Amino acid sequence: MFDALTERLERLSSSLRSRGRLSEADLDEALGDVRSALLEADVELGVVRAFLDAVRTRLDGEVVNQSLTPGQQVIKAVHEQLVEVLGSTPLKITYASRPPTVVLLAGLQGAGKTTTAAKLASWFKQQGRQPLLVAADLQRPAAVEQLRVLGSQIGVDVFSHASDPVDVARRGVEEATRLGRDVVIIDTAGRLSIDEPLMREVRSISDATSPQYTFLVIDSVTGQDAVATARTFHETLELSGIIVTKLDYDARGGAVLSVRGVVGRPVVFASTGEKLSDFDLFYPERMASRILGMGDVLSLIEQAERTMDREVVAESASRLMSGTFTLDDFMAQLNQVRKMGSLGGLMKLMPGVTKEMRSAAANVDDGELNRVEAIIRSMTPHERRDPQIIDGSRRTRIARGSGTTVNAVNQLLKQFTEMRKMMRQMAGGGTPALPGGMGRMASLAARANAQRSETMPEGFEALAAGMKSATPPTRSGGKSKKKKGGRVTPPKQR
Amino acid sequence: MIVLVLVLGALVLVGAVIIVRARRRPRRPAPAVARAPMPEVLVTQATPRPTIDQVAPTSFADRLSTSRGVFERVRAVTSAGVLSAEQLGLVEEVLLRSDVGVATTNEVLEQLKNDGAVDGLALTLRRLLLSYLGSSRTAHTQAEAGRVAVWLFVGVNGVGKTTSIGKLAHRFVSEGQSVVLAAGDTFRAAAADQLEQWAIKTGSDVVRSSEGADPGSVVHDALGRASARGADIVLADTAGRRANSTNLLDELAKVRRVADRAPGQVVETLLVLDATTGQNAVSQAREFLAAASVTGIILTKLDGTARGGIVVAIERELGIPVKFVGVGEGVEDLVAFDPEAFVASLLDA
Ligand SMILES: Nc1nc2c(ncn2[C@@H]2O[C@H](COP(=O)(O)OP(=O)(O)OP(=O)(O)O)[C@@H](O)[C@H]2O)c(=O)[nH]1
Ligand SMILES: [Mg+2]
Repeated sequence: MFDALTERLERLSSSLRSRGRLSEADLDEALGDVRSALLEADVELGVVRAFLDAVRTRLDGEVVNQSLTPGQQVIKAVHEQLVEVLGSTPLKITYASRPPTVVLLAGLQGAGKTTTAAKLASWFKQQGRQPLLVAADLQRPAAVEQLRVLGSQIGVDVFSHASDPVDVARRGVEEATRLGRDVVIIDTAGRLSIDEPLMREVRSISDATSPQYTFLVIDSVTGQDAVATARTFHETLELSGIIVTKLDYDARGGAVLSVRGVVGRPVVFASTGEKLSDFDLFYPERMASRILGMGDVLSLIEQAERTMDREVVAESASRLMSGTFTLDDFMAQLNQVRKMGSLGGLMKLMPGVTKEMRSAAANVDDGELNRVEAIIRSMTPHERRDPQIIDGSRRTRIARGSGTTVNAVNQLLKQFTEMRKMMRQMAGGGTPALPGGMGRMASLAARANAQRSETMPEGFEALAAGMKSATPPTRSGGKSKKKKGGRVTPPKQR
Repeated sequence: MIVLVLVLGALVLVGAVIIVRARRRPRRPAPAVARAPMPEVLVTQATPRPTIDQVAPTSFADRLSTSRGVFERVRAVTSAGVLSAEQLGLVEEVLLRSDVGVATTNEVLEQLKNDGAVDGLALTLRRLLLSYLGSSRTAHTQAEAGRVAVWLFVGVNGVGKTTSIGKLAHRFVSEGQSVVLAAGDTFRAAAADQLEQWAIKTGSDVVRSSEGADPGSVVHDALGRASARGADIVLADTAGRRANSTNLLDELAKVRRVADRAPGQVVETLLVLDATTGQNAVSQAREFLAAASVTGIILTKLDGTARGGIVVAIERELGIPVKFVGVGEGVEDLVAFDPEAFVASLLDA
């Protein structure tokens, strides 16, 4: 989708380039495209409107940036605005001076509260805390049992007993005090925002336990309803933040923006898979890129810088471009990439990666990487430098040595040769066969390398600028300036 | 071996980034930019905590007035013929807010623009939407002679697969049929316990195994049990899975093949969709259709505030009909899908 959006905006820009300034009509057209993109990402209609107003204001005041095309300028403004909305007023978890710190989870049925409760407990454990889980979902069959199983997997006790949820929660907190646990996480039953008795019940749980933190757990695939739900939960419980789940799905996750917009509370944690370790703090930049469907180059760069050995990477990348890339280089790179984390995760951050590649990457497990490594390790240094010499009998030997099949060896060699050819073409200025953004990046790098130029390739700058968000935006003028009309609660009367 | 391409792709990118970064001149000073004020969407102050008896009713009334307003205005448009931009805008709003999606909404708008609203806007709109919901919705329960009918339940995590099985088991049992439940979710903690409780509640039989067991073999055992006891139908649960993982979908396809082998025969593969889901439901439907030959949809949680309009887009694009809807958590809370009533609720909301 975003590919379509960038393309559309790029096309728009080429017709504007000469004029170098966004006219009102151009802006209307561009923002129309942005509107569709946001709606397709499930951002709620009212929030979309308020958001576009803000982007328009932002662009109105913008001095025309010579290094960006107007289309890029729109993307940049949209992205920055997203980051600003998603990232403002972050929540820092602090602990109650009189323990335990009580955390209450609430949300719709099936949002992922129970799994999140366990993940959160595990997170607190990593922070050096001693959490207690309280299973107050007495509604769904076997929910308590589910939490007990998860609790035992992470080594956290689970308190529950068969009475009513308010009582379980209250006694859970007492139990934590008795046991000297400093954090209590209360899992509650899923409930609809219009289910009055159940909304009262969760409010009673809150009244009985006075939680320091009340999180709304929301599924990243949620559509327009996110707003109605979030508002009611906020009105009932006074949320302190949001936890978004199932970010490993391929949904854009616009609901996060809707909810953030309506309750004005930060998204604090993000859950990205079924494993209990698939849980992390929430990163607004990543989410912004995701809602727009762009890979998050910035996070990728950060991650690369943190974990990779720059020399190694730069060296083999430049050999790659010149076509002298060997299987040794490949292995070195493989290890670097592995250090950065799962391929699936990396792919998610990368722009221009097709859905097929992404899902293929998500499926690559360690075993597969190990096999590739084993095959290469079973080659002689000479073979690694010059794979051409690997004939039938060598292949049989390698297959045996690596415990794989000749077929696997064949495939690896074939793909390696193809990749090498492709890279050589790219370096020679041929059309990259890699999908969109990746090919573009690769040829940029190739060009940069070939020219040994001192400047950053044009376009890359724009790309980076469009996603630049680590540097806080410079402000001029009062930042608390209010637009006329006062505060907007988006969905009403729009 | 696609891994190779991927790894190389990844390293090209990372390498490129690093090279570029290494060569990068010190960053130019940021251009003088007038920043927009913080967006007004943000409500930064805490909503004062209401007393408990203020809680739900207000928001309920709120919700009604918000959405009613728009449709009231749509209904008020009774004039035939050409529609104004404002009227089309109202229609757009109604449809988008129901999660019908941009593409389908635009198509509807296009038709309204071309054909006008001959019998008033509300009726025309209803007719247009119903035209997307024309597929047959028969739920098949008969297998070939000598085989046991199997209904397979598939979908992403937490949508209501297990609960829907419980409700359908209740329905079949109260029609005098004998039902075997297959606890094919061997992945999620306590999933089999959950299904077992539904079996007890509905008076059906359940076949389960331990966590981590092969789901195919659970289904296989359930088929064996069902045919030995002459049961009428097997309802097979599966683990919730994301729709963007070929591994997980392949695993599902395998379960389906097992269920479809004699003595079993899959007569329905039901994709369970949560009405709160937005546009991602389309790709869920597409992937599950490809992997498991889905024959129908169960749309759950329609008792909430979500409208579930995305199923219109799904039937339009993929031709998968909704067969049942879930309207609560109790055994009785499942009804056959009625397009007329559904469209009315989309528009009337
Ligand atoms: N309000 C309402 N809740 C529902 C409906 N159907 C299911 N639920 C609830 O949604 C939650 C999840 O349902 P499950 O049946 O466990 O969903 P599942 O798809 O089997 O979930 P996993 O096995 O974890 O993937 C439970 O709390 C159900 O009670 C419905 O029609 N209305
Ligand atoms: Mg289940």
